[in-house]
Amino acid sequence: MRHIISVLLENEPGALSRVVGLFSQRNYNIESLTVAPTEDGTLSRLTVTTVGSDKVIEQITKQLNKLIEVVKLVDLTEGAHVERELLLIKVRASGAQRAEIKRTADVFRAQIIDMTPSVYTIQVVGTSDKLDAFIQAIGNTSVLEVVRSGVSGIARGEKILGL
Amino acid sequence: MELLSGGDMLIRALSDEGVEYIYGYPGGAALHIYDALYRQSDVKHVLVRHEQAATHMADGYARAAGKAGVVLVTSGPGATNTVTGIATAYMDSVPMVVLCAQVPSYLIGEDAFQETDIIGVSRPIVKHSMSVKNPEEIPEIIKKAFFLAQSGRPGPVVVDIPKDMTLPNERYEYSYPSKVKLRSYGPATKGHTGQIKKAVDMIFEAKRPVLYAGGGVILGKASDQLTELAKILDVPVTNTLMGLGAYPATDRQYVGMLGMHGTYEANMTMHHSDLIIAVGARFDDRVTNNTAKFCPNAKIVHIDIDPASISKTVTVDVPIVGPVDQVLNEMLDLVKGAKKEIEKEALVSWWRQVDEWKAYHGMRYNSDGEFIKPQQAIETLYKVTKGDAYVTSDVGQHQMFASQYYKFDKPNRWINSGGLGTMGFGLPAAMGIKLNFPDNDVVCVTGEGSFQMNIQELSTCKQYNLPVKILNLNNQALGMVKQWQDLNYEARHAHSYMESLPDFQKLIEAYGHVALRVEKLADLESAMEEAFAMKDRLVFMDVMVDPSEHVYPMQVPTGSMRDMMLSKTERT
Repeated sequence: MRHIISVLLENEPGALSRVVGLFSQRNYNIESLTVAPTEDGTLSRLTVTTVGSDKVIEQITKQLNKLIEVVKLVDLTEGAHVERELLLIKVRASGAQRAEIKRTADVFRAQIIDMTPSVYTIQVVGTSDKLDAFIQAIGNTSVLEVVRSGVSGIARGEKILGL
Repeated sequence: MELLSGGDMLIRALSDEGVEYIYGYPGGAALHIYDALYRQSDVKHVLVRHEQAATHMADGYARAAGKAGVVLVTSGPGATNTVTGIATAYMDSVPMVVLCAQVPSYLIGEDAFQETDIIGVSRPIVKHSMSVKNPEEIPEIIKKAFFLAQSGRPGPVVVDIPKDMTLPNERYEYSYPSKVKLRSYGPATKGHTGQIKKAVDMIFEAKRPVLYAGGGVILGKASDQLTELAKILDVPVTNTLMGLGAYPATDRQYVGMLGMHGTYEANMTMHHSDLIIAVGARFDDRVTNNTAKFCPNAKIVHIDIDPASISKTVTVDVPIVGPVDQVLNEMLDLVKGAKKEIEKEALVSWWRQVDEWKAYHGMRYNSDGEFIKPQQAIETLYKVTKGDAYVTSDVGQHQMFASQYYKFDKPNRWINSGGLGTMGFGLPAAMGIKLNFPDNDVVCVTGEGSFQMNIQELSTCKQYNLPVKILNLNNQALGMVKQWQDLNYEARHAHSYMESLPDFQKLIEAYGHVALRVEKLADLESAMEEAFAMKDRLVFMDVMVDPSEHVYPMQVPTGSMRDMMLSKTERT
């Protein structure tokens, strides 16, 4: 099953490499990974999406917790949560296609953030599924370039992951 | 406040940490640190002949003393030569601090002479690692390194020290912190009381219980508590390879080591038990055999300081995360204060069964024929050293024979590379122990293959007068490899022969030590007596043993714990 593990990490050189190294060392999957400093400059927040059996996910969280630089972590998929991913996609857009792509973008509440006479650059925000659906809707032939941010997530309601 | 250079701070911090010996090898990037060492006398340095040996010396000391061993090496090849030793310590949770000099910080990343990213190289095999970015941080980093290495589940910590952090003319205020605070690190200090109660209730209900004790009991200094609990409950006890000595081997309740080359009775007891109380053990693949067939009727209580060890391979019923000594103390209080007690009748019939298994096999081997059997060599060693030596081993058949036939009654006496299986570990480990415990007998049980992997340390032994004893079970082959080839490859002995063995006698003598060669059983005991009587000399005992001998029992691959070969012809 797919899990989103959110990690508070000491914002120190080498900390990220330990997290990534752990996944390859122990043969765990990384589907996506995002990391950036938080409002507290000493901490980074890292979100990793991974796939594995309950036993594997339990080991992943335990092994992550063993890393000295990991301050706290939570498996967001264990509770109600919100997840978002950002997609930047560059598509060929000329002639009649331009209007069609614009309409598709509107349906997905996507935004055209840059354009030339023959190219649109579109931004889509949503769950990973929504991003997949948008790429499918646009159709492969016109896609020139795809950049995805990887998933960020946060628990719903009062629950927080903090010090 | 005192002003010290980075190099001086480093050595002073070691001294403030109570370090007496460090093991190492100098080189360009480490020269400021070596100069700081030279200008003081609190911290003594042992010069090895290869950095790997420095790590094993520190490791041997750490396992025997229960405190972190310290290694100092230069950058690049000095640092990479420690990798096997760090991995060895990591796999067996041995506290160790490895100080690696590094090229000056302004050269890092430029592929400078003797530059290696040792933090990156060692990342998967350390508990933690740190780089010095500013000389003023040195005391705090050293304090942290020792704290991390020795607390919780112990392990090796690497500290990377660029040369410009140790410049002799740049001085900083020195004070050694009395403690460290790490917001992201807090090993459990106490087991969950509810879980401990649950475990005790299960013990009272069990009809066929067994205590399965691992290296964590020794690392956690909980042998006394384990022994007391076993005695009160009157249950059978088995130790893992790493746990030998955690429970006294000569005690009636002891059923021997379990696992791949464990005793028949230990493996049978485990397989047929209805409750396994695992203490500081990790259900590793050399213990469980096929986990799908592991102890089908047993409920499992697992006490361990490391939550990641719990349900990693075998799913357990009652996990208890905490220091083993504290958890066992709490269990003891509950057991002693309980109105219930363990089911006596069930226990009587359980013991009848266990004793039957003991009587059926025990430890036996065929001692006919012209050769000395390796088992006889270990039994004689046990007799001559009165069972009280520190025994280190290398890796292979001799290691298994030593673990099976030397009966360890005390913890910290059996020193071997159980997890990583590092050939070349035994001699330097023995040296580290002898240096720190000069009044005790220290013997390295080895074979021709392993011994030659760190043979250069005979020179270090001469320099520092380390009169260790070396028992070479000479079967003129890589015995364990050959055994597997006999069993699984129709005796095609691909590269398992040491086709040109050196003349060990001449070799040992060239290094300035004493060598004895034993070919007849009749001479074995007197030769060992003679060797151990030479208190001030390193003596190498080259004992020619049966080259065709195999280690048994041996679990059958993909089977359960009870599926064993008991000899070349018998199977369970």
